[in-house]
Amino acid sequence: MKRIEAVNDFVIKFGNVNGSGSASANELFAKSFLRMGIPVSPRNIFPSNIQGLPTWYEVRVTEAGWLGRRGGVDLMVAMNPQTWDKDVREIDPGGYLFYDNTKSLPASKFRDDIHVVGMPLTEICNATYTDARERQLFKNIIYVGALAALLGIEPGVIAELIGEQYKGKEKLLKPNLNAFQMGFHYAEEKLKDAVGLKVQRGYNVGDRIFIDGNSAAGLGMVYGGATVCAWYPITPSSSLAEAFQRYCARLRVDKETGQNRFAIVQAEDELASIGVVVGAGWNGARAFTATSGPGISLMTEFIGLAYFAEIPITIVDVQRGGPSTGMPTRTQQSDILACAYASHGDTKHVLLFPEDPHECFEHAAIALDLADRLQTPVFVMTDLDIGMNQRLTKPFTWDDTRRYDRGKVMTVEELEAGKEFGRYLDVDGDGIPYRTYPGTHPTKGGFFTRGTTKDRYARYSEEGPVYVDNVQRLLRKFETAKSIVPQPVLRGCGKKTRFGAIYYGSTSPAMDEAYAALEAAGIAIDTLRLRAFPFNDTVSDFIAEHDQVFVVEQNRDAQLRSLLVNELNIDPARLMPVLHYDGTPITARFIASEISERVRVLNVEPLKKGKAA
Amino acid sequence: MTYITKPKLHHPTLQQNRIGYTRRDYEGKVSTLCAGCGHDSISAALIQSFWELDIEPHKVAKLSGIGCSSKTPDYFLGNSHGFNTVHGRMPSVLTGANLANRELIYIGVSGDGDSASIGLGQFAHVMRRGVDMAYILENNGVYGLTKGQFSATADFGSRSKRGVENRDSAVDTVGLALLMGASYVARGFSGDKEQLVPLLKAAIAHPGAAFVDVISPCVAFNNHAGSTKSYDYVREHNEAVSRLDFWPSREAITVSYEEGAVIDVPQHDGSILKLRKLDGAYDPTDRIAAMNAIARAAAVGEVLTGLLYVDPSAEDLHAHLSTVELPFNRLGEQELCPGSAMLDRINASLR
Ligand SMILES: Cc1ncc(C[n+]2csc(CCOP(=O)(O)OP(=O)(O)O)c2C)c(N)n1
Ligand code: SF4
Ligand SMILES: [Mg+2]
Repeated sequence: MKRIEAVNDFVIKFGNVNGSGSASANELFAKSFLRMGIPVSPRNIFPSNIQGLPTWYEVRVTEAGWLGRRGGVDLMVAMNPQTWDKDVREIDPGGYLFYDNTKSLPASKFRDDIHVVGMPLTEICNATYTDARERQLFKNIIYVGALAALLGIEPGVIAELIGEQYKGKEKLLKPNLNAFQMGFHYAEEKLKDAVGLKVQRGYNVGDRIFIDGNSAAGLGMVYGGATVCAWYPITPSSSLAEAFQRYCARLRVDKETGQNRFAIVQAEDELASIGVVVGAGWNGARAFTATSGPGISLMTEFIGLAYFAEIPITIVDVQRGGPSTGMPTRTQQSDILACAYASHGDTKHVLLFPEDPHECFEHAAIALDLADRLQTPVFVMTDLDIGMNQRLTKPFTWDDTRRYDRGKVMTVEELEAGKEFGRYLDVDGDGIPYRTYPGTHPTKGGFFTRGTTKDRYARYSEEGPVYVDNVQRLLRKFETAKSIVPQPVLRGCGKKTRFGAIYYGSTSPAMDEAYAALEAAGIAIDTLRLRAFPFNDTVSDFIAEHDQVFVVEQNRDAQLRSLLVNELNIDPARLMPVLHYDGTPITARFIASEISERVRVLNVEPLKKGKAA
Repeated sequence: MTYITKPKLHHPTLQQNRIGYTRRDYEGKVSTLCAGCGHDSISAALIQSFWELDIEPHKVAKLSGIGCSSKTPDYFLGNSHGFNTVHGRMPSVLTGANLANRELIYIGVSGDGDSASIGLGQFAHVMRRGVDMAYILENNGVYGLTKGQFSATADFGSRSKRGVENRDSAVDTVGLALLMGASYVARGFSGDKEQLVPLLKAAIAHPGAAFVDVISPCVAFNNHAGSTKSYDYVREHNEAVSRLDFWPSREAITVSYEEGAVIDVPQHDGSILKLRKLDGAYDPTDRIAAMNAIARAAAVGEVLTGLLYVDPSAEDLHAHLSTVELPFNRLGEQELCPGSAMLDRINASLR
């Protein structure tokens, strides 16, 4: 029988029961590779449920550093009887099944093209512990110990991690170490060489950090100077507001007075959370909300008001799969159009597309600056894949000379000096007017904020030409946005090619790996990673320079492609959608096979028509 | 209606308040509401209140929802910032504005459709949070701006101008505000300025969530026989529990009242509410009793007015959240950004 043999390059998947304490054991397992210098990329696949339903954790061990989901499973740790059949089916031929063989299972429950590694976990736990909760929790640590022995993870590395986790909690430290040792020794003695997957020390982690995108964005909001956060819980965005809370408690409490330099309101719904953010933005505080698709739907009326009334607000949309529960705990990039054109009337909005936690941090802080500079809503479009999974990412950086860009705010001194103030007056030709904070001056600079019905001096007007004048200025402002949003990242293949690919957000790691695979297969393709909407000339130039551009995204309707066609006036035939939308993160295998297949067809077709490739 | 700006030249005889402002300085644009609309009387009462309270007009932020009532912030305090937000959501915007700068005075203006229909949720929650504001509900029992449909405060059995009888029970806004935790609750009538001005002044000065429901007849759509929000009906059924006088902390109280008829309610900023009880048994600091009294009056079709409830030791959202004294909109990198050295430490903890 075939036996998968691999060093520092394999996928292990854990099938667990939600709420059984497996999450922290699995994280411990994933981190041990990092400490051995081998990159890993773990992913949670979890249900809309707190306890009892199946949950999976997939760890990709990848010395080459490919952080996208690979697809396929080399070793399944099947700890959930409910999903046994499905889990066993998923293992690649020649792969391994690790399971609890306390109770024997009929042969029909296995496959004959995989290697089975049994260990009597329940029996060991029952013999060692009397308390039911301990039996459950330590079972997880015991299997981590066994896996460490099977794969060759240095036990010292795990002991160190356990030591860090239970620092100051000696009572918990010792039993955890014991459980780990028990599993490790058992496997060392009884399961020698049962698995052909091995880990050896490497040096590919570097100075990178390991964090999820939501925590990174929450920290970015702290660094970027957000003082007001209003939110309503929704997966997969809740942990962002919670991270902001956690970091603020640590970094934003006045040491002397114990008072807070932040306010967090868990509102009654998304209508209220966005309202609070709009009010705070109007009054000169940096404010944000974090939500997901259904929340965006509820917020759209306010988003329109903020666009027309020109109020700086920042919204993080951690995208998920549509309405209701279920798919929503899976990932997608399916709110692109909903956000780009959110609300009534002629509106369009600035979107940012961070690719990983590092950029979640950066874009969070940049979004606050952009919102103030442009006096408009700014969306940070992340998704569940980046938001809720820990990812190896470049360390965060901050330049201490950086100043917050508070945009055009007229001061009491300027008003006093007689500087002309018109709330909607385009004095600089960039479409961005000056604003004043409420309370600035007794007689100058006060104005009444309303949606559309106003002239350049914020006076009530229902005149058509006045309306047109105002919304034309809003378009000029959107033009200005093009040059100040994060610019796209070009990767040229160094050869002349008629193929290009455009992608964004969490597709990045899979695209990087697919690019390498395509290159190895002799397919030359240039890529452009979009980091923001509105698109600038780089994007239209890139499309103009290639006959065929693949637009790779994680939704059914090719939403970003529609945006490109619509905003840049592009012939749709030039843009070929490559779409992945089953709720699992897109893989390099998927992208590479889709693109290479189409390149093959395209290379044949023109020949038929008598054209050379 | 036109938008001719009023002459700003101050007549030398116009009376100035302590900070040198005349009533004119508290006015706004010319109203575009129907002549006789109750809402205009409320704007006038607000102008009077702010003038009497010696508040610098620009230190007030005016927020409203959508409706005829919500248009009125344009018609008073013309030098203050105002924000005509979206229908039913003024409370959340006011909450955010208040968080951004705790030093201003916040006044929220809303209608009964705005607060009791589309905005019932935000109305309830803003009271729960104790946002420091004066929330004024200009209650006419109809949607004025959309031309006369019933609102959720229309009384059961009342008739619309077209003769349709309302078969839904009414939302009791003062009862709800009390239930949700408002720390100052009053009801007035746009046709009784003498009663209304002190109620508004005390609401503005109250350091917490102050709610004033003002019955404000809509002459265009709800002032006919069969309406329970008409001038005539309210005059006939107005049951005032008290007459209020409001004394800011710095003022010496010189007026003397008849013994026994007055109770003093000192606020914790030192100001004093003096209540002339009209209903001898009524104690406005007793929340449960207030709820009972409101419910009892409603059951017999009476409109209870006056100061219904006040919590003299009220706290606001900033106290609940323990925020710094300095307004958020004045904090910069220095106060907000933890800097690169701290970031290096955070990075180190993530390896
Ligand atoms: C989302 C939304 N739905 C409907 C409307 C239309 N609308 C404008 S004002 C109003 C009712 C206002 O009634 P009320 O708050 O009682 O104010 P009034 O005009 O009576 O003072 C409605 C339904 C709107 N502006 N927004
Ligand atoms: S319609 Fe009614 S509420 Fe509106 S302005 Fe006229 S009288 Fe006032
Ligand atoms: Mg009304």
